[in-house]
Amino acid sequence: MSTLIDSTPSRQPLPASAKARKRLNPKYLPLTATISLFVLMATLGSVAYDGFFSAQVFLNLLIDNAFLIVVAVGMTFVILAGGIDLSVGSVIALTTMVSASLVEKHGWSPAVVIPLVLVMGTAFGAFMGLLIERFRLQPFIVTLAGMFLARGLCYLISIDSISITHAFYAEVSQMRIPVWGDASLSISAVIAIGVVLVAVFVAHCTPFGRAVYALGGSEHSAVLMGLPVRRTLIGVYTLSGFCSALAGVIFTFYMLSGYGLHAVGLELDAIAAVVIGGTLLTGGVGYVAGTLFGVLMLGIIQTLISFDGSLSSWWTRIVVGALLFVFCLLQRFFNARTRAR
Amino acid sequence: MTHLSRLMRHRLAWPLVTLLLLLALNTAFNASFLHIEWRDGHLYGSLIDILNRAAPLVLVSLGMTLVIATRGIDISVGAVVAIAAATAAWMIGGAVSGDASRYPLPVAILAALGIALVCGLWNGLLVARIGMQPIIATLILMVAGRGIAQLIANGQIITIYYKPYFFLGSGSLLGLPFSLFVVAGVFALLYLAITRTALGLFIQAVGINPTAARVAGVQSRRLVVGAYAFCGLCAGIAGLLISSNVKSADGNNAGQLLELDAILAVTLGGTALTGGRFSLVGSVIGALIIQTLTYAIYSLGVPPEINLVVKAVVVFLVMLLQSPEFRATVRSLALRPASGELRP
Repeated sequence: MSTLIDSTPSRQPLPASAKARKRLNPKYLPLTATISLFVLMATLGSVAYDGFFSAQVFLNLLIDNAFLIVVAVGMTFVILAGGIDLSVGSVIALTTMVSASLVEKHGWSPAVVIPLVLVMGTAFGAFMGLLIERFRLQPFIVTLAGMFLARGLCYLISIDSISITHAFYAEVSQMRIPVWGDASLSISAVIAIGVVLVAVFVAHCTPFGRAVYALGGSEHSAVLMGLPVRRTLIGVYTLSGFCSALAGVIFTFYMLSGYGLHAVGLELDAIAAVVIGGTLLTGGVGYVAGTLFGVLMLGIIQTLISFDGSLSSWWTRIVVGALLFVFCLLQRFFNARTRAR
Repeated sequence: MTHLSRLMRHRLAWPLVTLLLLLALNTAFNASFLHIEWRDGHLYGSLIDILNRAAPLVLVSLGMTLVIATRGIDISVGAVVAIAAATAAWMIGGAVSGDASRYPLPVAILAALGIALVCGLWNGLLVARIGMQPIIATLILMVAGRGIAQLIANGQIITIYYKPYFFLGSGSLLGLPFSLFVVAGVFALLYLAITRTALGLFIQAVGINPTAARVAGVQSRRLVVGAYAFCGLCAGIAGLLISSNVKSADGNNAGQLLELDAILAVTLGGTALTGGRFSLVGSVIGALIIQTLTYAIYSLGVPPEINLVVKAVVVFLVMLLQSPEFRATVRSLALRPASGELRP
């Protein structure tokens, strides 16, 4: 079937706007639910805790979760296309490890190292995408193996944590960009915002984005429509690999060290953020903007728990689990309603 | 030759060959590998060690096989292991004296298994009743489970001093580790249920085509719930074995990555992740392959860090071998010179 796609010229997808307008409401409901819940939590926090309602607290959500935002954006594309990527956390770890090792132990310049690790992550994603597409393997298992591989490579470089003392990394991690008043953003947060903006553009205004949605909706129909399914499938994993590597660079700025145990379980947070952001795991439905709010939601739960002080850290995981449950229920509910029409 | 090729076509042939190759590799580098001796009323040897250490993984893989056969997946087993271990450890209590327990031992064990069963039921209900995707339904418990385990253990690693509890994971019966009897018992019960009743057929039917199975009168929902509940129970038993073996319960790290190893074991055993046909024996062999591989890596003096890389390479290879597209590609590459001669 895949050879068939290559021989047919790629056509524009059918105009879906007329149909989309009719069910505009249920389509945006999950996204609206996420945003209203975020606003609700922010309001609750502001009422309950002194000093919660300040610009810096909210900007800190962006600063502390910059890497998660970038990873989750990549994950959104993979999930929209109907796949999953479990390797993101370990690719971050590998990126920090390679950066730390090259900069500290071999004295390379960051100007060389950063592009290099970005290319490495992208190639890693492309390799997994190629396996998934070419040999029709399950994304779950392929990216699982990718996860083992990347973590294993970290330990091959070094078992211990390598701290980074290079002036460039230290400077970037310290640098703050004033927004208004005393509030400020870090470089990483700015990069994350940039990634979200670019991703929104790519998802909604490019042929690639449309192909991703079509592929997630129904691969068979996408093939019949003459969309470049193979390229798109490899493309989403490549994109996710790039996003993971970029998140790894941001994580290096954030932690100033390389370590094989960095970002353990981050793939779960990323998937959780995407789901809470209203993207359907079956693919084809969801928004990058929703993912941003999904990450912010995870962040605000942590902030609320740390502001409260009396709750232990493990409540974060339980609350995130509960939220996931609620959002999956909501998705089922919306799905059933739209199908009933 | 025909006998051999027919033998190789058996679905357990490749997993068995892999296991035998690994055993041969171990023997080649360590002559005393196959040696088993009787000392102080116990059997000692590398093989016994591998079997004992593989016990939790085998248990979880058995549960996972049923879940995967119904087209599902359960990624929460690691968290369930942690929950069961934390429950048992809390019920036994951290009294240092070594012969005192907060609750009687059977109560503690039953409570841990009960909670694990409830976890499995929860997963099953989410999948079968609410109709969530299995990976997401179990993701919920995977994320929340570690938090729950830490909640039970109050955020600490509970050390267990109660001696009778150690029998589960490190005691021995008739010269063999007790955990082997636990695994053998679960396997025998399951095997009988699958082969002597229609259960196995029903599970396969649900895995191959859920709609057709339902139309044919199979109560697929109940079956799916049952598969997840059984998987949770298996994870609970594994949690007891692990916590008893290491004499502590760590909410954060107990059973870490166990779900991935279990899925790998099931895949290695020849059960396809797309559901349908499954093989319990294959999953046991798969789990043994993983443990033997780990043992080989440690005993060959390879740095243990490479373990993950080797595992990754093995997963890639097994996946590729299972993929019809890959086999077709290789075949066409291998046959190209021959067919080229025939072409004008």
